[in-house]
Amino acid sequence: MNGTLTVVVVEEDRDRAIAIVDALKSATECDVHIIGNSSGLARKIAAHAPDIVLIDIDNPTRDMMEELTLASGPLERPVAMFVSGAAGGLAQTAIEAGVSAYVVDGLSPERIKPVMDTAIARFTMVRQMRNELAETRRALEERKVIDRAKGLLMKAKGIDEDAAYALLRRTAMDQGRRVADVAEALVTASGLLK
Amino acid sequence: MKTVTLSAAFMPLVDAAPLIMAQEMGFAESEGVALDLVAAPSWSSVRDMLAFGRVDAAHLLSPVPVAMAMGLGGVATEISAVSVLSVNGNVIGVGRELEERLRTRGFGFDFADPVAAAEALAAVRSGPITFGVPFPFSMHVELLRYWGAATALGDEGIVIRTVPPPLMASALAAGEVDAFCVGEPWGSVAVDEGAGALLLPGKAIWEFAPEKVLAVRRDWAETEPNLLGRLMRAVWRAGRWLSNPESRTTAGEILSRAQYLDVPSELIDRALSGHLTVSGRGEQRQVEGFLEFHRGAATFPWRSQAKWIAGQMARSHGLDLAAMPGDLAAAFRSDLYRRHLSGTSNDLPGASEKVEGAIRHETPVASAQGRLSLRPDRFFDGRIFDPNEAG
Repeated sequence: MNGTLTVVVVEEDRDRAIAIVDALKSATECDVHIIGNSSGLARKIAAHAPDIVLIDIDNPTRDMMEELTLASGPLERPVAMFVSGAAGGLAQTAIEAGVSAYVVDGLSPERIKPVMDTAIARFTMVRQMRNELAETRRALEERKVIDRAKGLLMKAKGIDEDAAYALLRRTAMDQGRRVADVAEALVTASGLLK
Repeated sequence: MKTVTLSAAFMPLVDAAPLIMAQEMGFAESEGVALDLVAAPSWSSVRDMLAFGRVDAAHLLSPVPVAMAMGLGGVATEISAVSVLSVNGNVIGVGRELEERLRTRGFGFDFADPVAAAEALAAVRSGPITFGVPFPFSMHVELLRYWGAATALGDEGIVIRTVPPPLMASALAAGEVDAFCVGEPWGSVAVDEGAGALLLPGKAIWEFAPEKVLAVRRDWAETEPNLLGRLMRAVWRAGRWLSNPESRTTAGEILSRAQYLDVPSELIDRALSGHLTVSGRGEQRQVEGFLEFHRGAATFPWRSQAKWIAGQMARSHGLDLAAMPGDLAAAFRSDLYRRHLSGTSNDLPGASEKVEGAIRHETPVASAQGRLSLRPDRFFDGRIFDPNEAG
């Protein structure tokens, strides 16, 4: 199989999809297509006759792609899950990075590798950014709950903000819990007592 | 005993309960095991995490280890089903359009008679009916095909498409599928969202169908026999606990937590109690044995079950079973089950294969302790499957 590889990227988030396409195009010679909407996924993928399909491992629509491994019509090409063996530990690295790849049967490991290396690097970055975002969001949420708990304590006990926070922190330490958890319990309990 | 952490992947479904309860109710702890439970976004992801060593064990669709042994699907690692986690528990349902047409015809949604349901569907359809299922290798697919082939629907009357259950309601609305076969809580979710109505429990097609298995890598089972035994005993005890009706409320509450199913416990209770709401009109139906975790040697991985699955899949994928290398039934490890559960109060059946579909009433069978009864395992059309006559 010679010529340019055709790669399909299944990704709903447009910005992320573009980032992956850019990375692939600058690092390898391939045609890249994005599929953003999961309806009729297997059919849409088949229409591009790709050599490689890349999809986020956390994407629930991945199960729809399993049908591709069963393609048996004369014009359909069998697609195999990209497994270790021929291409060494690449599959495992890919799974850790959060990308799953489906590769058309018979494609040589030398041709797969550059595409996979790029995809793995890009997905690792995407995953890190997503984790950071989730972490920031959680921190913000906790901050809000702690502020509300402080407010409740200040009102109920007539103490100032620093004293309220010190009380929360001391309680958390005594009980071996996180300040945010104690605050959450207090806010919930006070909601019940209203 | 030093506590060892084992990781296990699961799909957020009611039948993941034995794994989840093994951890939450302390059955794992008493075996010196802490389960690190990983909720997976898809079945392919569960399979890959297990196959590539990201987790030690998994809650898996019973046909997957057999399919992998047959070379179907993308991944070929050898996977062993060491016990059955659950028997039955699927539902077949129709979208709004088919529901309306069935009602106009006077169909009563008895949630019981597969022959009548197929005849009614065949009478109102305008072409083949497309069913959404969670995965191409699943009991859902096998039950639908078996039902279609033996009724008025016919082999050609059923088209099967993979649709992740959380997307089933939108796939129904978009007309991509007309009907579905899913595990709970997704059938009840579809009803509550007004996406459709439930037609049959999976049990109406095959009364004792192995639904999910506890799966590990074959090589892991060989190198870690001690850990495997501890895991299997913990999960078996959790299944026994779940089969006690008094456990239902607790189980429902725990399963409903965000890190597990993240749906209201009332929805989960429908599957656990077998008391299902089948339509948006609030019609309720009671199904005895809707979902089994323990009774009637439910957790025993019968080699004959694996053979039945292999035979069905070979037929639908045009494969010649006789030409396949190795013993496909060996994906169901009744040998490991005996080895690791013989020291418990679990009563082991004397045989490892049975004629599937032959038990009509609860029947005492030869067993290690002489207290074992098997539950009815009929196919709706009365056929039987003799594993010794299968290719």
